[in-house]
Amino acid sequence: MTNGPPRGANSAPSQRPLADTRAPDEGDGVDTSPDVSDSIAKTTCYMCACRCGIDVHIKGGKVRYINGNKDHPVNRGVLCGKGSAGIMQHYSPARLKKPLLRTGPRGSGEFREIEWEEAFSIATERLSKIRRTDPKKLAFFTGRDQSQSLTGWWASQFGTPNFAAHGGFCSVNMAAGGLYTIGGSFWEFGEPDWDNTRYFMLFGVAEDHDSNPIKIGLGKLKARGAKVVSINPCRTGYNAIADDWIGIRPGTDGLFVFALIHELLKAGRVDLDYLLRYTNAHVLIIQEPGAADDGLFARDSDGDPLAWDRVAKTPVNATDADAKPTLTGNFTIDGRRCVPVFQLIADRYLHESYSPDAVAERCGVSGDTIRRMAAELAHVAFEQAIELPVAWTDWAGRRHETIKGRPVSMHAMRGISAHSNGFHTCRAIHLLQVLLGTVDVPGGFRFKPPYPRSAPPGPKPAGKDVRPMTPLEGMPLGFVCGPDDLLVDDAGTPVRIDKAYSWDAPLAAHGLMHSVIRNAWAGDPYKIDTLMMYMSNMAWNSSMNTVETMAMLTDSDEAGNYKIPFIIYSDAYYSETVPFADLVLPDTTYLERHDCISLLDRPISHADGPGDAIRHPVVEPDRDVRPFQTVLIELGARLGLPGFVDDDGSAKYRDYADYIVNHQRTPGIGPLAGWRGKDGTLTGKGEANPDQLQRYIDNGGFWHHDFADDQRYYKMANRSYLDFAENMGFIPKAEPIVFQLYCEPIQRFRLAARGHGRVLPPETERSRIETYMDPLPFWYAPFEEAAVDTQIYPLHALTQRPMHMYHSWGSQNAWLRQITSQNRLFVHNRTAAGLGLVDDDWVWIESINGKVKGQIKLVDGVNADTVWTWNAIGKRRGSWGLKDDAAESNRGFLLNHIIGDQTSADANGRRYSNSDPVTGQAAWFDLRVRIVKCAAEEAGFTEPQFERFRQPPHFEPSPDKLSFGAEFRREREAPRS
Amino acid sequence: MRPAFSVVFFTTATGAGYGLLALLGVLAGLGFVPPNFWLGLVSMGLALGLISAGLLLSAGHLGRPERAWRAFSQWRSSWLSREGVASVATFVPAGFFAIGWVFLGRTNGWVAVAGLLAAIGAVVTVCTTGMIYASLKPIAQWNSRFTLPGYLIFSAMSGSVLLNALLQGFAIGSTIALAGCVLLTVLGWGWKLATWRYNDGLEIPTNANTATGLAGGTVRSLEWPHTEENYLLKEMGFRIARKHKARLRQITQVLAFALPALLLIAAFALPWPYAAVLSALAAIAQFAGMLVERWLFFAEAKHTVTLYYGR
Amino acid sequence: MTCLPAQTDKKLGLVIDLDTCVGCQACVTACKEWNTGGHMAPLTDIDPYGGDADGVWFNRVHSYEHMTEMGGRTVNFPRSCLHCETPACVTVCPTGASYKRASDGIVLVDEDKCIGCKLCSWACPYGAREFDTDVGVMKKCTLCVDRIYNDNLAEEDRVPACVAACPTSARHFGDLGDPASAISQLVAERGGVDLMPELGYHPTNKYLPPRAHTTRAASVPAPALEPVRAEGGFLGWVDRMLSH
Repeated sequence: MTNGPPRGANSAPSQRPLADTRAPDEGDGVDTSPDVSDSIAKTTCYMCACRCGIDVHIKGGKVRYINGNKDHPVNRGVLCGKGSAGIMQHYSPARLKKPLLRTGPRGSGEFREIEWEEAFSIATERLSKIRRTDPKKLAFFTGRDQSQSLTGWWASQFGTPNFAAHGGFCSVNMAAGGLYTIGGSFWEFGEPDWDNTRYFMLFGVAEDHDSNPIKIGLGKLKARGAKVVSINPCRTGYNAIADDWIGIRPGTDGLFVFALIHELLKAGRVDLDYLLRYTNAHVLIIQEPGAADDGLFARDSDGDPLAWDRVAKTPVNATDADAKPTLTGNFTIDGRRCVPVFQLIADRYLHESYSPDAVAERCGVSGDTIRRMAAELAHVAFEQAIELPVAWTDWAGRRHETIKGRPVSMHAMRGISAHSNGFHTCRAIHLLQVLLGTVDVPGGFRFKPPYPRSAPPGPKPAGKDVRPMTPLEGMPLGFVCGPDDLLVDDAGTPVRIDKAYSWDAPLAAHGLMHSVIRNAWAGDPYKIDTLMMYMSNMAWNSSMNTVETMAMLTDSDEAGNYKIPFIIYSDAYYSETVPFADLVLPDTTYLERHDCISLLDRPISHADGPGDAIRHPVVEPDRDVRPFQTVLIELGARLGLPGFVDDDGSAKYRDYADYIVNHQRTPGIGPLAGWRGKDGTLTGKGEANPDQLQRYIDNGGFWHHDFADDQRYYKMANRSYLDFAENMGFIPKAEPIVFQLYCEPIQRFRLAARGHGRVLPPETERSRIETYMDPLPFWYAPFEEAAVDTQIYPLHALTQRPMHMYHSWGSQNAWLRQITSQNRLFVHNRTAAGLGLVDDDWVWIESINGKVKGQIKLVDGVNADTVWTWNAIGKRRGSWGLKDDAAESNRGFLLNHIIGDQTSADANGRRYSNSDPVTGQAAWFDLRVRIVKCAAEEAGFTEPQFERFRQPPHFEPSPDKLSFGAEFRREREAPRS
Repeated sequence: MRPAFSVVFFTTATGAGYGLLALLGVLAGLGFVPPNFWLGLVSMGLALGLISAGLLLSAGHLGRPERAWRAFSQWRSSWLSREGVASVATFVPAGFFAIGWVFLGRTNGWVAVAGLLAAIGAVVTVCTTGMIYASLKPIAQWNSRFTLPGYLIFSAMSGSVLLNALLQGFAIGSTIALAGCVLLTVLGWGWKLATWRYNDGLEIPTNANTATGLAGGTVRSLEWPHTEENYLLKEMGFRIARKHKARLRQITQVLAFALPALLLIAAFALPWPYAAVLSALAAIAQFAGMLVERWLFFAEAKHTVTLYYGR
Repeated sequence: MTCLPAQTDKKLGLVIDLDTCVGCQACVTACKEWNTGGHMAPLTDIDPYGGDADGVWFNRVHSYEHMTEMGGRTVNFPRSCLHCETPACVTVCPTGASYKRASDGIVLVDEDKCIGCKLCSWACPYGAREFDTDVGVMKKCTLCVDRIYNDNLAEEDRVPACVAACPTSARHFGDLGDPASAISQLVAERGGVDLMPELGYHPTNKYLPPRAHTTRAASVPAPALEPVRAEGGFLGWVDRMLSH
């Protein structure tokens, strides 16, 4: 029998080993106990962004197989389709072998191999000149980077503000929407209370973030019979198993949510007590149109926000725990009219324009369905409320005998965020959660430490003062609280190459990587010298408007010089972007390197406690490649960047592993929180521990702290938790985090648009700022939809990555690509019938930006006005080690070709990045198309087609046959024969 | 089912070969066909040649042909194993019969016994072949009462037409032989038509609902497990277009049945060598027609695994 | 020996919950990576980077749209060997390579005896047989016979790779011949079904049907919301609530 309680997620009685696992005496000669591995290394997966714990079984120096680590807080022993296929990523024939220097024209794929020393000297010479003259001429953008606390710090020490990772084209709307509202967000910032929730709403989650935790959670909900509701135009994956699938029209989720809010308000089904305690619903807002403080909080002389005490009938400090603030009414303070935030909320969302019937047609969801959902939400939140028998104390010292919960939880992702109205839609969802009193309560949505943080969190973006040989005053990415924090010069021109934190995208907390290539090419706002990128396929599936993007990368000026003068790129594989680089720095795979999944960056915390993790080399590289982080650290040392060299100018860190252990961002706080202090006894803060990595390895590759029972909920106001968070350095002070239903920082931008303040938008930008910088969430039509003739382009077009490839470059993976090597365009049966199309037809998919050809598949489970396809299946010939006849480059297609990277020109003739006007999030899902059956002779192959890339030196053709695993068997059976 | 050349040729050739062997064994063994060295050599050579070629070709297409001997072991459960055993076992009396009838010029006694045993072996072998297909429940077109008799009838038919051509070739043809051929050809035609009629009206209880356990309504394949074809689809997912099928059925009827019957009837009225030429043409046409028939036998057979792929 | 055992001591098999499966392919690649180095190694991939990629996989996930009068549902459907009680794939085998174990009911192929005639794949209605063209033999799901009894694995890991990996807990493993086993009770409770029962193969593996559109569907008995009936409408209600 199994000893002790079963571990891991799959440990139901029907998922355990047999009661007696002794092999029966079958006598058939089967070896039921073959030797499996010489050793098991516990590290962290990197097949996507989930960072699951994995056990890598090594046999004869090769990876025999990989399974989930049962103790790991993220995946608890399970592993997704990508994780189990990691072997094929590691042994991919597309892996780079040595540093490369371009010899042919950019984009051709002609390179010569060079030694690392030459690579370093080329990069050092180039970058050091930039640093001596104008550091912002280095644009350093990293893609699926899990080391942003290092890469961002490196950029900062170099002195360039031009740094970001891929968040700007992934889900910054989600992050910013949450961080400016509740001081946290979904995914890395929080999760549903899977064990207690009874009603789960999933908005716009394709097959994505976060993979295994959502799947484990859905399994729990299903086992418990909790209701799962999905709001998604496509009925795939998680949405396929929902009890209720709402096939909403893309980009209208905000309206749908407002209609729910409308119904809840009308019926008085909101948690007033919760609103008063944890939000700014009672804070008074000045209502003096034309005044410089119109729409700002009414404040007392100390600057604290005011509320109106309904008993004392006087203004009162809104944070006063003993006050009895009102939520409604009109008050005059010092001659200025003020109303509570909640009054504004009620006024806005009770308006008939947000009623279910008013939004039904636009959303493609009937009024009755919306009313039913609202009733269900209210019923579960208020009639099925739960209480955990655990006493806790809030920030004001009030003791609560139980923890009360409302078992409604929500999760949202890219379907919400990848629209030009995504920021406000994300805020709308959080508003709905808060009105129901379901944030960080039992059964609701729960924060993962280090969240919640103040809304928005503290540090502002650095980069106002860029000077040669001078580090930035802080990290390049942060959170602005008003126009004064923007990175614009006196003329309003952006400081950053991606125009983040400019009037174009004021709250661009993750930057706009998707704008860098165009802006650098156009010299708008200025020309750069070197574009350095890591792990992002910007010449293909990570860019919008691929065709033009490739042209920009290869375009030259009159003198014949490339408009983007120098491109350094680090990747482990021969992706479509490598041929566009001048200098290629080959990276290792995730099984050959050190990494840290840091609390300073994007940790692996659980709602029940913080955690972080490492990667460590479990196999030796068989080629001349180096981990990018180690390369960056060496580059930093060669450049003499502060923090990367000792006083004598020598390298401060040997490699990334050395940095992980010994770097301290602030005294006592380093990349890893576990086993700090000389003897490893401290947690969170403490001196560096030379044995720290070994302690992690001994513990299975991660560190995790479990909260006491009274710290697990109401973290925004839980004294015990807040004290812990302060102690760990998560928050500067143990003060309550107040949910900002009304976002005052956003109003400051609106005031600037009205001419108030020191930093003002250019005249041409004022109406845009006025419109979109609304302190309360609102809905507007996605930009492309508003700009195109929807009669001509009647369909929405979406993409999603298949679950087995999400956040992972699967087309080179011999196993994953067999599952999906051609993507189809999925079209609703009815829509296809109307267009005279049948299954397997080849069609042109046309947008205002271009056209691409693909094959259709008819489905029922999709919004009838929407077509969609699996993303990033289409590949360019000559990349990824694929053969010329691979389906990926012959029949698979990339919808990116027809997604514009800019909006249509506005009245002033200006074209903006095709992004959310608040955060700069790429609006991938705004796309409108029409589909037209192609001519008979055009069927059978995709277009546009591109020239085949040449192969780098010493690249052997990919094998015609894989017999992976035969060697393990031979070795096993050798002694017998 | 994929109409692989090896298996199409194998079943057609061995069917004809065993038919010829059985007829020779019975007729010659009992003295109805006089011993004639060249006739014996050619006819037994043809019968055993067709059988051997079929067997060798099919063995050659095994994944591991060097292990083919293992196929004799499971005769208690496997029709394929029984076929192997029966086919090889039949060579023993057939060999004795050939020696006696061809080389020793004898027709009675142990030669007759050997001939009869060879004939029984041939019939048994054809039965086992038929049963391989008839026993496969996943393929409703095969798992029917038409399959086994069909194999026997076609074997007798093509064997007799071959025998007739040989007899005619050696100028010892007879109207009885011709009549038998025509009768068997018409019987074969009728049986094939009946089989097609049955298959076309087949109501198969197994459908996408029972295959997936999803009760009621319709079940439609959305995505295959892998976007490209795999072994299952290549081996069992063969589809034939309706138009194509109708055309091939016509060709089958003409080549395998109508034309041979007409030629044979014409041979009644014509002297040697014209009758011999027509008989030979009838045999050739019929063999070609039976290859088409057998191709269709596979191509029209639908395996339940295709339900999983929406085919 | 391709005659079937009269009965088996156990009926080991899988139960797959179609209500919970999201089609993530975790079981597919977990199976592939274990088995490509396992009992039937390798699971050869032909043309793995080209236009005719075709590999040996023991477990494949389909997706379907099930349309009934009550609406449509997308169903993800993992398909692998069902370890039938009367598997014709075994009895048709001419060499004795295919066999059903008398002890636990697992259907296996002894590769050393397989001649690659493919007849077993014709006899299996479920498409569970996978031909390895490179090795020339038939391969198939072993129910991880080299895991479930493996002394070299921690006891807790002795379950099929697909069950261990499944992130949504949609896969179950156990003795379906023992009505008291957890897995048999799960099947009874959830109305587990056989695939193609009419063919009479008596599959051991069972599938749990989706609960949507059934009496088991999760539902919330919520009465319709009524506007607050009070003076001053919603805001009046707020005031009164606060003054209580």
